[in-house]
Amino acid sequence: MSALVYDGGAMLGRQLRRVRNNPGLLILTQTMPISMLLFFGYVFGSALAMPGERYRSFLLPGLLVATAANGIMTGMFQAAQDAHRGVTDRFRTLPMSRAAAPLGQAVADLVVTVLGTVPLLLTGLAVGWRIEGSALEAAGALGLLLLFRFAMTWIGVFLGLLTRSEEAAGQLGGATFLLPLLSNAYIPADGLPGWLRTVAEWNPISAVTTALRDLFGNAPVPDGAAWPVAHPVAGSLAWCAVLLAVFVPLAVRRYARGEG
Amino acid sequence: MTSTYAVLSEGLRKRFGEVEALRGLDLAVARGTVCGLLGPNGAGKTTAVRLLATLLRPDAGSARVAGHDLLRAPAAVRRHIGVTGQYASVDGDLTGRQNLRLFARLHRVRGPAERAGELLDRFGLTEAADRPASTYSGGMRRRLDLAASLVRRPDVLFLDEPTTGLDPASRGRIREAVRELAADGTAVLLTTQYLEEADQLADDIALMDRGRIAHTGSPAQFKSVLGTHVEVVVGDVDTMVDAAAVLDRLTGAEPSLDRERRAVGALTRDATLTLPRLVRELDAAGVALVDASLRPPTLDDVFLRLTEERAA
Repeated sequence: MSALVYDGGAMLGRQLRRVRNNPGLLILTQTMPISMLLFFGYVFGSALAMPGERYRSFLLPGLLVATAANGIMTGMFQAAQDAHRGVTDRFRTLPMSRAAAPLGQAVADLVVTVLGTVPLLLTGLAVGWRIEGSALEAAGALGLLLLFRFAMTWIGVFLGLLTRSEEAAGQLGGATFLLPLLSNAYIPADGLPGWLRTVAEWNPISAVTTALRDLFGNAPVPDGAAWPVAHPVAGSLAWCAVLLAVFVPLAVRRYARGEG
Repeated sequence: MTSTYAVLSEGLRKRFGEVEALRGLDLAVARGTVCGLLGPNGAGKTTAVRLLATLLRPDAGSARVAGHDLLRAPAAVRRHIGVTGQYASVDGDLTGRQNLRLFARLHRVRGPAERAGELLDRFGLTEAADRPASTYSGGMRRRLDLAASLVRRPDVLFLDEPTTGLDPASRGRIREAVRELAADGTAVLLTTQYLEEADQLADDIALMDRGRIAHTGSPAQFKSVLGTHVEVVVGDVDTMVDAAAVLDRLTGAEPSLDRERRAVGALTRDATLTLPRLVRELDAAGVALVDASLRPPTLDDVFLRLTEERAA
């Protein structure tokens, strides 16, 4: 266990240096939601029934979660790049814990996410979003957001080790952009036709978004929603637990086995 | 380590779907020696190294690497090996120094920063130490790659075409480092397609063919299999045929003709063939010579011969 902490720490440092030396992907993934907040909040928002400021308060938690879901893409991209370039094989020949490399990557991603989320939150404050609940609940919301990001990154790490292809990661970037569109991240799911509403509400993004809205005090939990959305905090925790329980062992096993 | 062999494998097999990449690899590399693992593309060199370096698990067979069982104690094997080249890359996003410090930390080397500094100095990379490795030239990258596998002196070093395509200075530096390592007791398994590289570095050669070791021996033994290489260069291209006839008679082997260079060559195991006799015979046949030589065959000659035998 202490070996895992030591090796994971070294790998964490490596990932952070890598992002610092090469910050392009980070800047791209973190400025995207800011421009979406402005476009959706002012352009699309004007066509919605909700008043502008109310919509922007509703939208911000959704954008936070949609950005966290991008962890699939960044996790996959970094893991695929390392595998493709042979760096993963270098680590695999070193006497280090088999979980250290993926763990270091996922934890480094969390650190970067904390930093990267600040500009989005500040922009949110500037366009009228507020923490309308208690500070404790707000801290809980951010904790939940990071947990969700952590789960998404592990999915990405597994896919990256599986495909070893940076192009595939880029293509998946387009697909992950669609995921929040089929959730309540940008619009209330209540108005969707029955079956579509069910699909959207079983999207993990919906549970986490609803939990954030609830904890920040931005919007109430909708009536008559599917279980994960009706009980958003429990639903989000359950989703993260299931995803981590599936993808952490898959990623570590994939890393340990290599391509053969 | 009790055994004199740092690498000892028996019957290693590996199959990828329909392709049988290794069909029973028996390989022995003694401590403090450099073994050149040679073979054409697809012979199984890469798979062999990936298995021995714990990157892949064999389907069957067994091996001890650096005194540890490859299948039962891969973690122990990893503490004692170094891997380079196509098998394991440094991180291009990190600087040379950051790379070496990271690997030193992961190898639990005391004072990783000092160790990184030493290696950078030894491989002439101090000036470039704080630039991302992706900006390095081919030679610098290769040197960093070798340095990265030496953060802790390995008992077994897997080297992949370490000097191919490098300038003479870089080549010399790497060769020197490899010889020093071997002198200190490290076993080096060198994979290459280039016989000249193996000829320069290897004490022993193992020729791989279709997933097995086909021949083993020292470079000198490999060459003596073929005897002496005779070559003459003629002044007039029309006399090449006459020269070929003389060489055929003297060596009993079918000569090869290179019209571009106006050269005729053949291999012989006849020890009584001397340069004066060769020149006299050709002169008697009316062939004007520009050059004539008797030399040991290169490994390329051997390689061609052995793979031709296989094809026949």
